[in-house]
Amino acid sequence: MGLLSGLFSKRETPKPVTSSGVAKERLQLALVYDRVKISPEVLETIKEEIVEVISKHFDIDRQGMEITLGERNDRLEVNIPVRRSKVYNQNS
Amino acid sequence: MAGKVVTITSGKGGVGKTTTTANLGTALAVQGLKVAVVDADIGLRNLDVVLGLENRIVYDLVDVVEGRARLRQALIKDKRYPELCLLPAAQTRDKHAVNADQMAELCRQLAQDFDFVLIDSPAGIEQGFRNAIAGANQVLIVTNPEVSAVRDADRIIGLVEAAELGAPRLIVNRVKPTMIKQGNMMSVQDVLDILAIGLIGVVPEDELVTISTNRGEAVVFDNYSRAGLAFHNIARRLLGQNVPFLPLEEPAKLSWFARLFGLGESKR
Ligand SMILES: Nc1ncnc2c1ncn2[C@@H]1O[C@H](COP(=O)(O)OP(=O)(O)OP(=O)(O)O)[C@@H](O)[C@H]1O
Ligand SMILES: [Mg+2]
Repeated sequence: MGLLSGLFSKRETPKPVTSSGVAKERLQLALVYDRVKISPEVLETIKEEIVEVISKHFDIDRQGMEITLGERNDRLEVNIPVRRSKVYNQNS
Repeated sequence: MAGKVVTITSGKGGVGKTTTTANLGTALAVQGLKVAVVDADIGLRNLDVVLGLENRIVYDLVDVVEGRARLRQALIKDKRYPELCLLPAAQTRDKHAVNADQMAELCRQLAQDFDFVLIDSPAGIEQGFRNAIAGANQVLIVTNPEVSAVRDADRIIGLVEAAELGAPRLIVNRVKPTMIKQGNMMSVQDVLDILAIGLIGVVPEDELVTISTNRGEAVVFDNYSRAGLAFHNIARRLLGQNVPFLPLEEPAKLSWFARLFGLGESKR
């Protein structure tokens, strides 16, 4: 699982109960900031902006959206489930 | 052929770099190799006391770099294994007494005479750390299964990769299997999930480390020490041998494994 996905799927994944699970989750979040130098708030903003642009053209599943940090920490990978294509009509 | 320079570093302080350097160095000497261990923690000399050689120091690393002593004069032979030598740190100077080029040159010279040169890095990410990795062919990163140590290890991994010193390998030290079972300590796998680098050793928490260190003896000489066995195994992995990772929480099996690989334990 990518580092950033923990951030965006926070509401769906159950909170870890063991203290080791809490430690691991806290580390994964802390390292997102350490590695890509952006804070969770900025990431949330990025997510919202992407949603805004994409949803003009597609009906997307916001809950299923995932942004992850690639294996070697050198790319952001965005995964957006699409419900059905929506023809964008500026006049509607 | 020139020997291999291996730096032991961590980011966070107190995770076991000096303990690892002393025991890995000793374990390699036990395997018949010529080993130099270098204390690069200038101003906070420690490796000498862990090896029980503190009373024999005449010259130190800074004396060599500044030309007051020849390398051979400053090297101290181990009590049991004369093929194991210590180059002590200066106690009254600081990390700025030496620069990275000087350290790299020192490593190059040592590698001509020794099969392995192990560098005990100071904690941190500054000059002392930079010096310690300057001459390295390989970097071992020591961490503990806790949040701040793993976070700092991640930072160090980034710096080592940026310095193009090859892929660092990880030692997870002070592992407590009982706490892991209770869900109160991150497992080695948790740490590997986060850091995503190759593992070279898992060292359990072991009171015998404290007892050996009190005496100025390497714990690898204690046939009852699980940590000692773990250090022997790391040494053999460094030599390219394929040594399976021991099941930490099953003492009954440990002696079976240990006997199989001829590493003490049979006395138990
Ligand atoms: N596996 C272990 N079991 C029990 N005690 C240990 C273990 N490893 C290290 N220690 C103890 O932890 C303490 C710190 O170890 P050590 O001095 O090797 O760390 P260090 O990383 O070199 O510290 P520094 O950053 O100050 O140089 C020592 O008292 C040592 O005996
Ligand atoms: Mg130390």
